[in-house]
Amino acid sequence: MADDTLALASKTRSRGIGRALIAVYGILALAATGRSVYEIIAKFDQAPLAYTLSAVAAVVYIVATVALIAPGPLWHRVALITISFELVGVVTVGTLSLFLPELFAKASVWSWYGMGYLFIPLVLPVLGLLWLRRTK
Amino acid sequence: MIEWFTTVQVVVAVAAGLLCVVLGLTGRKPSDLTMGATALVELLLVVQLIVAIAAPAFGNEARGSVLEFYIYLISAVLLPVAGGFWALIERTRWSTVVLGAICLAVAVMVYRMNVIWFVQGA
Repeated sequence: MADDTLALASKTRSRGIGRALIAVYGILALAATGRSVYEIIAKFDQAPLAYTLSAVAAVVYIVATVALIAPGPLWHRVALITISFELVGVVTVGTLSLFLPELFAKASVWSWYGMGYLFIPLVLPVLGLLWLRRTK
Repeated sequence: MIEWFTTVQVVVAVAAGLLCVVLGLTGRKPSDLTMGATALVELLLVVQLIVAIAAPAFGNEARGSVLEFYIYLISAVLLPVAGGFWALIERTRWSTVVLGAICLAVAVMVYRMNVIWFVQGA
């Protein structure tokens, strides 16, 4: 590392951090998908809105994970769109679940700003957008 | 599930997770130590799977949703394997961080499985 030029070091570092980011995205995609499959199979009629949102969130996390891995400007744009959607989703649903809790009789991934997932759904899109800006 | 075994499993997974995250952030590539810690987490998950399959035959039934329990357990079993292959292919310090993140995720999932088995629906 010490022998590398500064520019090269910072470039590989950003790529490296990106790998860790992708891994966390992958874990969240898996968690959201597992949860959503269970909710839809076992109890969809209890809270259709919250569970539909969970399914949408799961799909978005999967697409975002793929878009972060795949190269090229098109996938960069897909990553930008899906990650922005996540940020808007978690802020919107988080706020709605605070003020209109009856809409979310059962929690979704994004309820209370992703508290059930240690606020990772709130922090991750911010880190993701920062990383996308750095690698543009 | 067996309560004391589950406790051991969560403690081991948290310890392995912190170890890998700290070593990864200090710049270590995946080593025998960090890969071994992840392998131990995986081994305990496989034992947990066997326990979960065998337990109902001994009158130890899940109180909560068996479907939800197995979705968590199967996902958890897959994670360290995926992370391990990743660490073999890409030998950078970030792979060590990834191993740690996976172990911590496993700890959360095992805790959640514990709640489903012992608390949910009680």
